[in-house]
Amino acid sequence: MDGTLLYLDGVTVSFDGFRALNDLSLVLEPGEMRAVIGPNGAGKTTMMDVITGKTRPDTGRVVFGADTDLTKLDEPAIAALGIGRKFQKPTVFEPLSVWDNLLLALAGDRSPRFSLWARETAEERERIEAILVTTKLTEHRTRRAADLSHGQKQWLEIGMLLAQEPRLLLVDEPVAGMTDAETAQTADLLREINKTRSVVVVEHDMAFVRALGVKVTVLHEGSVLSEGSIDHVSEDPRVIEVYLGR
Amino acid sequence: MREPVITLTCVLGGAALLAVLNLAVPETGALHVSSFVIGLTGKYLCYAILALAVDLVWGYAGILTLGHAAFFALGGYAMGMYLMREIGARGVYANPLLPDFMVFLGWKHLPWYWFGFDHIGVALIAAMVVPAILAGVFGWLTFRSRVSGVYLSIITQALTYALMLAFFRNEMGFGGNNGMTDFKDIAGFPIGRDGTTVGLMLVTAVVLAAAYLLSRALVHSRYGKVLIAARDTESRTRFLGYRPEHYKLVVWVISAVLAGIGGALYVPQVGIINPSEFAPANSIEAVIWVAVGGRGTLSGAILGAVLVNLGKTWLTGALPEVWLFALGGLFIVVTLFLPRGLIGLAARRRRRDAPTPAAVAAAREVTG
Repeated sequence: MDGTLLYLDGVTVSFDGFRALNDLSLVLEPGEMRAVIGPNGAGKTTMMDVITGKTRPDTGRVVFGADTDLTKLDEPAIAALGIGRKFQKPTVFEPLSVWDNLLLALAGDRSPRFSLWARETAEERERIEAILVTTKLTEHRTRRAADLSHGQKQWLEIGMLLAQEPRLLLVDEPVAGMTDAETAQTADLLREINKTRSVVVVEHDMAFVRALGVKVTVLHEGSVLSEGSIDHVSEDPRVIEVYLGR
Repeated sequence: MREPVITLTCVLGGAALLAVLNLAVPETGALHVSSFVIGLTGKYLCYAILALAVDLVWGYAGILTLGHAAFFALGGYAMGMYLMREIGARGVYANPLLPDFMVFLGWKHLPWYWFGFDHIGVALIAAMVVPAILAGVFGWLTFRSRVSGVYLSIITQALTYALMLAFFRNEMGFGGNNGMTDFKDIAGFPIGRDGTTVGLMLVTAVVLAAAYLLSRALVHSRYGKVLIAARDTESRTRFLGYRPEHYKLVVWVISAVLAGIGGALYVPQVGIINPSEFAPANSIEAVIWVAVGGRGTLSGAILGAVLVNLGKTWLTGALPEVWLFALGGLFIVVTLFLPRGLIGLAARRRRRDAPTPAAVAAAREVTG
C-alpha cells in the first residue's frame, strides 16, 4: 500500500488559551518508525492524545489510512481501527496475571456479550506464548502484573500492544526509568516490532533515539521545528537554540 | 478452590441443620431451634443476597453504590403486591377486589399496574424486571456520561431517597406510609406457620447459593477480568478497544436483579414492606456488611451480612441506642485495619503459613 498511514493536518489544541498544539502537521508513511523529540511542554503527549481520541482538536484533521478522520471517533473506536498506545508510566492490569493481561489485549471481539461466554482457545494460547517469548516474560506468566519489576511492566505493556495487533503503535517514553541493558533491549524490541508495524516513539533520551536510527521530528511549542535524520536535526541551528543548546 | 466449597457448605448445610433442629427436635429438647430463629436466619440470608449484589458492583466494578436497597425494596414491593392480592376478601374491609388501603382511600378500581399480581409468577418476574429496567436506564445515563466515584455514589443515594419519598405518597398506589402488611399466605401456604417459615428460609438459602455460584462464574469469566481491569485501569481498557461503560452496565443490571430477588424473598419472611426500606441508611449498611466481610471476595459479602446482622439483632436488643455508633465505629475500624475485611484477614494468615513464591525463590538462590 502506498500513500500515508497517518496524516495530521493543521492540528491546533488549546487549554485555557495555552496552545498545546499549534497548527501541527505531520505525515507518517506505512511501515515507518518515527521518533518525536522536544522539550517539556512541546506538545508530544497532547499529540498522542489527539491521535488516540483522548483529546479533540479545536481545528485540523487527523487522517488514518485512506480517509478515516480520527477526530470524529473515541478511544475504543480508534483502538479498534488498529492504533495502540503505550503510556509513559507502565499501565497494565495489576491484579491480573501476566497471562490474563495478554489475553485481554488479544485482538478480537470486545463486547460484554462475547466475553461473558468466551473460552480460551488453542489459537489464543499460541499467540500468547509467542508474545511471552518476544517480551521475555515466559517464566513470569502466572505472576500478578503488580509483582513485576518496572522494566518487566514496560515490556508487558508493549506485549499487550503487540497482542492487540495494531497497524500503528504509539510509544510514550518507553525507556524512562530503565537500566542501560533494558534500554538496549527495548530498542531491539521496537526495531523487531517495526518489521511488521508502524511505530511512533516519543522520547527524551537522545542516546536511545540515536540507537533507533530513524527519522526524527522535533516539536517545539506545539509545531514541527525540524525533521530529518538525527544528525540533520542535531545540526539544525534552531534545534540547538531551543532544545539541545540548553 | 476451597473457598466456594466452604461457603456453600456453610450456607446450605447451616440452613438444613437449622431446619432439622426446628422440625425434628421437640420444643422441649435442648437442641430445639425456635421458629423465631429460623425467621431471623431467613432474613439474614436475604441480606446476604443483597450484600452479594453490592459486592459485585463495588468489589469488581468499583461502583460504590449507596442506593442498592432501592432495588431490594422494589423486589420487595413486587412480592408485597402479590401477597396483598392473595389476602383476597380476608382483609379488614373484606373487599374481594381491592386491598384494604385502597378501600380506605376510597378507590373504586384496581390501578392498571396491579393487574396480574394475583399470580406469584408475575410478582417474581416483576421483582426482577422492575429493578433491571430502573438499573438499566440509570446505568446507561450515568456510565455513558462517565459519572464515577463519589458523584456516582451521591446519585445512587439520591435515587433511593427519591423513591422513598415517592412511595410515601398514597397516590402512588403502594400503601403510602404504612406500606403493605397483614399477609395471609404465599402460594397457598399460611404465612407465619412453622412449616412455611422453614420452607421460605430453605428456599432463600438455595437461592443465595445459586446467586453465589452465578456471581463467582461471572467474576471469573473473561468478562469479569475485563471488569476488574476497567475498575483499576479504565484508560488502558479504553485504549485496548473495550467500552467500560458497557461492562459496568451489564454487572449493574445483574446486581440490581439479584437485589430484587433478595427483596422478594425478604418480604414474606418479615411480613411487611414499607417505604422505610428505601431509607439511605439501609443502603449504607449493606456497604458496611461487604466491607466487614471483605470487598471483592463474594463469600466475604455473605459472611459480613450475617455477622453484622447478628450483632445488630443482639445489640439493638441489649443496648438499642448504641447500635448506630457501633456500626460507624465498625466501619472505621475495618477501613483502617482490615482493608480486605475478615476474608482478607484469613487469607493473609494462610499466606503467612505457606511460603510465598518470592521467599521460595530467595531460598533457592541462597542454597543453590
